[in-house]
Amino acid sequence: MKKTGSEILLECLVKEGVDTIFGYPGGTVINIYNDLMNYPIKHVLTRHEQAAVHAADGYARVSGKVGVAIATSGPGATNTITGIATAYMDSIPMVIITGQVPTPLIGNDAFQEADIMGITRPITKHNYLVKDVKDLARIIKQAFYIARTGRPGPVVVDLPKDVQIASTKFEYPETVDIRGYKPNYTGNPRQIEKAVKMLLAAKKPVLYVGGGATLSDTSEELGKLAEMIQAPVTTTLMGMACFPKRHPLSLGMLGMHGTYYANMAVTNSDLLVAIGARFDDRVTGKIATFAPHAKIIHIDIDPTSIKKNVRVDLPIVGDLKNVLAQLTEKLSQCTLEISETVASSEPWREQILEWKAQHPMAYKPSKTVIKPQYVIEKVRELTNEDAIVTTEVGQHQMWTAQFFDFTKPRTFVTSGGLGTMGFGLPSALGAQAAFPERQVIDISGDGSFQMNSQELATLVQYRLPVKIVILNNNFLGMVRQWQQLFFDKRYSQTCMELPIDFIKLAEAYGATGLRATKPEEVEEVIRKGLETPGPVIMEFKVAREENVLPMVPAGAGLNEMVLAS
Amino acid sequence: MKHTISVLVENEFGVLSRVVGLFSGRGFNIESLTVAPTLESSISRMTIVTRGDDQILEQITKQLNKLIDVIKVIDFTDEEFVERELALVKVTAEDNTRAEVLRIVDIFRANVVDVTPRTYTIEITGAPKKIDAILELLRPMGLKELVRSGPVVLGRGPKGWKST
Repeated sequence: MKKTGSEILLECLVKEGVDTIFGYPGGTVINIYNDLMNYPIKHVLTRHEQAAVHAADGYARVSGKVGVAIATSGPGATNTITGIATAYMDSIPMVIITGQVPTPLIGNDAFQEADIMGITRPITKHNYLVKDVKDLARIIKQAFYIARTGRPGPVVVDLPKDVQIASTKFEYPETVDIRGYKPNYTGNPRQIEKAVKMLLAAKKPVLYVGGGATLSDTSEELGKLAEMIQAPVTTTLMGMACFPKRHPLSLGMLGMHGTYYANMAVTNSDLLVAIGARFDDRVTGKIATFAPHAKIIHIDIDPTSIKKNVRVDLPIVGDLKNVLAQLTEKLSQCTLEISETVASSEPWREQILEWKAQHPMAYKPSKTVIKPQYVIEKVRELTNEDAIVTTEVGQHQMWTAQFFDFTKPRTFVTSGGLGTMGFGLPSALGAQAAFPERQVIDISGDGSFQMNSQELATLVQYRLPVKIVILNNNFLGMVRQWQQLFFDKRYSQTCMELPIDFIKLAEAYGATGLRATKPEEVEEVIRKGLETPGPVIMEFKVAREENVLPMVPAGAGLNEMVLAS
Repeated sequence: MKHTISVLVENEFGVLSRVVGLFSGRGFNIESLTVAPTLESSISRMTIVTRGDDQILEQITKQLNKLIDVIKVIDFTDEEFVERELALVKVTAEDNTRAEVLRIVDIFRANVVDVTPRTYTIEITGAPKKIDAILELLRPMGLKELVRSGPVVLGRGPKGWKST
């Protein structure tokens, strides 16, 4: 039976298990939108294409499914760029479909034409321009396969209008075989054996866990490994929800704004096991002084991450689910050696307790002004264990990472690699669309919130009851902090004095707005906000010049933390 | 250190751009690059000469392998290989230097492919060093224009790469 390209696209989406897509119509996708009305796919209309991509991103991060976004050609497609780059840096499985001018017009500077293939080449795992409707089904199948396998990532499919209108016999391929793409999923048994020996010999081990553990859903296997050998665990921003801070072996986050004890542990360790992490510069500080006494085992599904920044003693390429299982399997056969190892690493765990006691994660509380860290602690206290938290980017993001204890995987959604302001609200939108019944909280600063505030309309239209916490210090906080510490408090263009009435803004869209200006009002506002149905903005006027500490200044080593300002 | 690598890629639109974009995006340098289809028309072979230490080369090889369109990367640094390049050069050949030019062409087993009263255009194939050598000898006569193809490389010995 013959189907048009646009019907074939929608059939393929259904076959791939897609039930929700985010997008914004336009001239070159009008056929798709017309046929969409005949298909059981829910479409969420955002108010900007960047938000559509961030929403698909948030949807993917919390559900583990491939996020799908649609935009029209030209400016619609170029508006998706920041969203795609955000997903690329954090390895999120997504398929972004962009309309394109008809094939005979490509390259002619046609109306609303943009070379999206060229523009997205460096920020996608792969991209396709569909020139013949006969290739469409195969390309969509390949796009989803590439997006979700190996190290996940965004794939762009550029679909010209005439290809959408042309028709052909629809056949969905049963299998995918790409000869240039064969990821390796199982760890080499010899490497596993060596790793076991190194783990048993280590007296000061640290497990360094990154986004790979979140993407591969291996928090259980991780917990098993850590407890088996009693190894302390530190996580990056991206791996945070895989290991709860309240666990006795948890060191919290490491790196530029990590805890004192995590950074000291890494600096003094004799074995660092990197699990789905990539030794990003926010984590390592000065590479020359990073983990100077440690042997390094690096477990990752992507060989390019290994030995890219840091010398590695034992690389293991594979899917974390397999490799961690292989490791615990082999270790479970060495019960005698394990008890010896655990005994000999006891002084190490005691040293860590000492470091924890010397410099716990803390802030100066106040009775007169609202401290942002206090708000975050209160939000954690008053929300459900499985509440999903998204953040924007800046000081509030770091305070969330420091003071919010995540206990369930896939509950922390934040832009780590690219650090995109404007990510929090739309990604919360996407997360709420994935789980309409769960609490979804977006923690934001006053600067970041204004980057995609138009999405309040989407929240209200689709009844997505996201609760937005705005920590308002009338500053571009993180940059202001750097200006204070390194530029003599020359606050160039970081002061946003204009007092915006966020309550009026919320009500303008049909949402609820609440505000707290004194510490004693905080709990009340949070309670009320969480109870109120529908989307809510909770604005907190917080201390203006609070700093995120500890801090490892740029170019310094992890052991050169600034602890007080 | 100079490295020559052969990259076998899908013969699809945009693949060359992808590979070159990878090099420029990550700050790897390309000294020369040639590409053409192989025995199988759906696969093209690129030969790239790049410069860098072992760590850089390892990163380049891994990043290339990561590309969906790249089927295989062959690093010839540690292997025995045959390397050949083609050059076309237009040399000034006035009355007093014409004979000398022809003698050099003869010594290097090159060919004259174009003649005018004042110039010769010469075709040379050989190892890149041979081409460097003949150019050095011809330089004093006056080189008007030069085009080099960049080297292509094949491993020595009985084994040959073909997709199955």
